[in-house]
Amino acid sequence: MDLEIQQRVKDLTEKYGAENIVVVLGGSEAEAAGLSAETVTAGDPTYAGPLAGISLGLRVYHILEEEIKNECDPNVYDEQCGMMEMVLDVEAISNEVRSIREQYTQFKD
Amino acid sequence: MILKGRKVIAIGDRDGIPGPAIEECVKSAGAEVVFASTECFV
Repeated sequence: MDLEIQQRVKDLTEKYGAENIVVVLGGSEAEAAGLSAETVTAGDPTYAGPLAGISLGLRVYHILEEEIKNECDPNVYDEQCGMMEMVLDVEAISNEVRSIREQYTQFKD
Repeated sequence: MILKGRKVIAIGDRDGIPGPAIEECVKSAGAEVVFASTECFV
């Protein structure tokens, strides 16, 4: 994840409190989405950025996960994500992000 | 509810779902977007 984005995530978590934040990813591949999910929960796995060694434990989801889709307005969702939902491997992406979330988020709700 | 009333950090992807598209979706679910970006993996 970009170092600048890591810093923003860190600052916003300090500002609003981890319990109020949800990170929503849009990555095109399961592996990349998983790395981003790991960065905002367990810390930067590459140890290169501001979140190295910092476990924020944030709630993290991918926009294509069923739980998120179900909460959005269906018309808006279809307009914004419908095309990529057909193209990307939704199952692989969802499984990867869910696995990271279940291991590392501090909020089990 | 995961999104309603929460602060969302949207980290989009140029080759996947871009930040502004995530923003529109989660706003429709009642979340407030506090930061949206689009990463570019090249």
